[in-house]
Amino acid sequence: MTEVGTARKRKEDGRLITGRTQWTDNLQLPGMLHVAFLRSPMAHARISRVDVSGALGRPGVIAAFSGQDFAAEQGSLPCAWPVTEDIVIPDHPPMAFEEVRYVGEAVACVIATDRYKAADALEAIEIDYEPLEPVLDMEEALTDASPKVHAAGNKSFTWKFAQGDIDAAFADAPVVIDRTYIQQRLIPTAMEPRAVVAQTDGDMFTLHSATQIPHVLRVMLAVVTGIPEHKLRVIAPDVGGGFGSKLQVTAEEVLALLIARRLGKPVKWTESRSEGNLTVHHGRDQIQHIQLAATQDGVIKGLKVDLLADMGAYLMLVTPGIPLLGAFMYNGIYKMDALDFTCTGVFTTKMPTDAYRGAGRPEATYAIERAMDELAVEIGIDPLEARRRNWIRHEEFPYTTIAGLTYDSGNYEAATDKALALFGYDKLRVEQADRRERNDAVQLGIGISTYTEMCGLAPSRVLGSLRYGAGGWEHAQVRLLPTGKAEVITGTSPHGQGHETAWSQIAADALGVPFEDVTVIHGDTMTAPKGMDTYGSRSLVVGGVAVRKASERLVDKARQLAAHMMECSPDDLDFANGAFTVKGTETAKTIQEVAFAGFASHNLPDGAEYDLDASATIDPENFSYPHGTHLCAVEVDTETGFVKIRSYVAVDDVGHVINPLIVEGQVHGGIAQGIAQALYEEAVYDAEGNLLTTTMADYLLPSAADLPDFVTDRTETPATSNPLGVKGVGEAGTIASTPAVVNAIVDALRPRGVRDVQMPCTPERVWRALQ
Amino acid sequence: MTRISVTVDGVLYEEEVEPRLLLVHFLRDRLGKTGTPIGCDTTNCGACTVHLDGRSVKSCSVLAVQADGSQVLTIEGLASNGSLHPMQQAFHEEHALQCGYCTPGMILAAIDLVKDDPDPTDEAIRDGLEGNLCRCTGYCNIVRAVRRGAQEMAVTHD
Ligand code: FES
Ligand code: FES
Repeated sequence: MTEVGTARKRKEDGRLITGRTQWTDNLQLPGMLHVAFLRSPMAHARISRVDVSGALGRPGVIAAFSGQDFAAEQGSLPCAWPVTEDIVIPDHPPMAFEEVRYVGEAVACVIATDRYKAADALEAIEIDYEPLEPVLDMEEALTDASPKVHAAGNKSFTWKFAQGDIDAAFADAPVVIDRTYIQQRLIPTAMEPRAVVAQTDGDMFTLHSATQIPHVLRVMLAVVTGIPEHKLRVIAPDVGGGFGSKLQVTAEEVLALLIARRLGKPVKWTESRSEGNLTVHHGRDQIQHIQLAATQDGVIKGLKVDLLADMGAYLMLVTPGIPLLGAFMYNGIYKMDALDFTCTGVFTTKMPTDAYRGAGRPEATYAIERAMDELAVEIGIDPLEARRRNWIRHEEFPYTTIAGLTYDSGNYEAATDKALALFGYDKLRVEQADRRERNDAVQLGIGISTYTEMCGLAPSRVLGSLRYGAGGWEHAQVRLLPTGKAEVITGTSPHGQGHETAWSQIAADALGVPFEDVTVIHGDTMTAPKGMDTYGSRSLVVGGVAVRKASERLVDKARQLAAHMMECSPDDLDFANGAFTVKGTETAKTIQEVAFAGFASHNLPDGAEYDLDASATIDPENFSYPHGTHLCAVEVDTETGFVKIRSYVAVDDVGHVINPLIVEGQVHGGIAQGIAQALYEEAVYDAEGNLLTTTMADYLLPSAADLPDFVTDRTETPATSNPLGVKGVGEAGTIASTPAVVNAIVDALRPRGVRDVQMPCTPERVWRALQ
Repeated sequence: MTRISVTVDGVLYEEEVEPRLLLVHFLRDRLGKTGTPIGCDTTNCGACTVHLDGRSVKSCSVLAVQADGSQVLTIEGLASNGSLHPMQQAFHEEHALQCGYCTPGMILAAIDLVKDDPDPTDEAIRDGLEGNLCRCTGYCNIVRAVRRGAQEMAVTHD
C-alpha cells in the first residue's frame, strides 16, 4: 500500500489547466442546430394561445414548436421517490401546454442555425396567458382559501416518523426549547451552466449532457421518451460542478432528444446563467419547527420536528425525498429517548426544489446545532458542555441512534479536542468577555457545530424501504491490458471530485502497478455501462470500494495464471508490489508478465480462457457517517450589522483518506458553500412570483474577498462498514459550516437580546435584529 | 458584417463578424477555442477571462469587433514549448481546481494580478480575484497557488 493515503496531484488537471477540456457546450457537430426556449413570464397562468408561426420566417430559423406540438410524445418528467402511498405527483410536461406554474417554465422553442438567431426569433412567438393566482407562501398554501397550484391541492404528502415515547419525553420536561428556523431557498449555481447536445442517426440516439447522472438519466429518458434503453447512449463529458443541481432529469434533455428525432439533425442547447437561475432546481426552502425536551442538567430526552418543505411547482427526480434524508439526522450526534418527525411537502408556484449539496442533512444539522446552543443558554452552561453531556462517547460505538441508524464508528471527543486547540477556544472566550465588558461596537461571537451526517448513498434495501425507486449499489470493472497497463471503468460520474486520481490510487495499490499505469474511464453509458453515478457523498464509499474489490478479483485471476506459469499451486504464491512470488523462493512473475502471457495465450491451463478483467458491484451494508467539529469566530459590527469571519477551524473525521489533497479541497469547498448560505445567498421571489435573483449580480456567490482562510485538520476513525475504512466527504463541510457561522453571530449578539438572525445574515438583517 | 483581424494565441485570424458578436463566442464558436468557458451573462463570474493586448479582460464583456487589430491570449496559448506557465503549474501543485470550469479565467486573471503586484499578500490576492468566482474550491488553494505562481514567475523572469 503506497498510493492510498498519498497526496497525489490530480490526473484530471492537465486538460483543465490548459483548456483542452470537453465541456458539453464545446461540441460542434456537422449540421448542428441550436435550440432556444421561450419561458413563461408568469408564475401561474393558463396558456390560451400559442402561435409560433411568426418565428418561422426569421433568418436561420429551421423550426419552432409549442408545448402542444410535443403533447403526445413528451411524457411527464419523472419523480423517482414517491415517499408515501398517497403522495400527489402531478403531471409534469417538459414543455407546458395547458398551464404554467412557475416563471421560467418552457412554453415554446425555436431551432435555428446559430444560438443568436434562435434567441432572436423567440420574440416572434405569440402567446396569450390567462393569469391565475400565484401561490408563494407555504403556510398560506395549506389554507382552504389558497388558490391551488394543482387541481389536487397544494399538499403533496405528509411523512411521519416516530421512535420512542415522545409524550413521555416531553411530559414534565423541565426544559423545552421551542424554535422555528427558516431554511431559505438557494440556487446551486455550478459554474458550468447546463448544456445538452442530442443527435440520432434514426436508430441510435446519443445525448451529451452536463449531468452528474448519465446512467440514471439513460434509464429515465428511456422511460419518459419511449426511446428504447439500448438505443440510447448518454455521455457526461467534462462537467463543471454539480452540487446536486445536475442530479436531475430535465425538460431540456427530454426536449432536445425529441427535437433531434423530429428534425433528424443534431441539436444543442446551452443555458444562460439567468435561464439557469430560473430553471435549475433550487435547494433547501423549508420551515423547521423544532422542539427539544431536556432535563435541568441539559440531558436531552426527546426531539419533535415539524417541517414544511417547499416542493415548488412539481416533484422532480428526488424532490420529496430530500427532507427525508434529513429526518434521521435531527438527532445529530446526540443520545435521546424519543424522536418525532413530521414533514409536509407543499406545492407553490416556484421552481421545484431538489438535491443541493447535503440535501436534507444541512437543514437537520442546522436545526439541531442551533437548538443545542439554545439549550446551553437556557441552563447556563457552555455550548460545548451541552454537547458533551449528550453526545455518543467514543467507547459506545457502534451505536444505534434513536432514528434507528447504526453509527459504525466515530470519536467526537478527539475531533473536538483537536479543533479547540487549533482554534484557541479559551482565549477567544476571554476576548469575547472583554469586548462585552467594554461594550465594544465590534462584538465577538463563537459558533460551534459538532455534526455528523449520513452519506454514501446507500444500502439498496434501505432505499427500498423508504420507497425510493432505485438501488444504491455501484459498479466497477478493472481490465489488465496486454502491456500490463490497467483500465478502471467506474459507474461514478465525477464533476470535480478527482475520481480519475483517487480510483487510480486504489487500483494501483491493489494491482501492484504504477499510479501512472492506470486510466479511469467514466461518464459514458457505452464505455462504462453500469453505474449509479455521483451524489450523496457516495462515490468513494460505494464506487471506490467497488474498484478495490474488482482489482482484488483481477489479482485472483492473475494468480491462477501465474501459478500455471510457475508450475505451482496458487496457494503457494505471495503477491506483493505487483509480483507473484513462489513462497520461500526467488521465483517470481510480475503482473505485467502475467498480463502478456494471458494475451499471448500460448500456455493457458487446459480449458482456460484469456480473462484478465474483473468486475464488482458493491451494495453498501450501511451508510457512512463522517463527523467533525467546526468552530467559527465572527466579529459583528453592531453599528453596521456587518459580519466578518475572523477564523474558521474544521476538524473532520472522514475515516481513512485515499488522497489528503482531494479531501482537503472537498472540505474547503463545502465550508464555503455552507458559509454562503449563512451569510450571502438567497433566491428571492416577489409578490407576483417573479424570481428577482436571476443573475450573479443579484444572487451573491461569495468571492475570494468574502471568505477567510480555513484551518482544516482531521482525525481518522476508520469506517467499519467497508474494507477501505472510508467515509464520504463531499457534503460534510456544507453540512457543518452553516450552523457554526449563525451560532457565532447569535453568540456575539446574545447579550443584546438577539436569539436568532434569519439567513442569509446580511448586514441589514443583523442590524434589524439588533434594533 | 465587419471584417476583423485578430491574433489569438499567436495565430492571425481574419474573419467577418456580426457587430454584436461577443469576443467569447468568436473564440469558442468561430475559432473553436473552447478552452475559454462562459459562466454567466452579466460579466460577474470571470470564467471567460483572457488577455487582450496583455491585460486581462472578461471576453464576454468585449465585442469581437473591439478586438480588431489586437493580440488575444487564451488559456490554450499560455503554455509555451510544451511547458506549462508557472501559474498553471502552481494551480496543479496546490490543487487549486476541482471541476476546473473557473480555472482558465482564474489563471489568466492571476497572471495579470501578479504583473502589477509581483509579491502579493493573501489579502491582495483575494481582493484582486474578486471578479473571478469559483464554486468548488472555497478559494483557499487558489490563494496558495497564486502566491506560489507569483514566486515562480519572479524566478523565471530573473
Ligand atoms: S462569462 Fe464572462 S464574466 Fe461570466
Ligand atoms: S474549480 Fe469548479 S468552479 Fe472553480
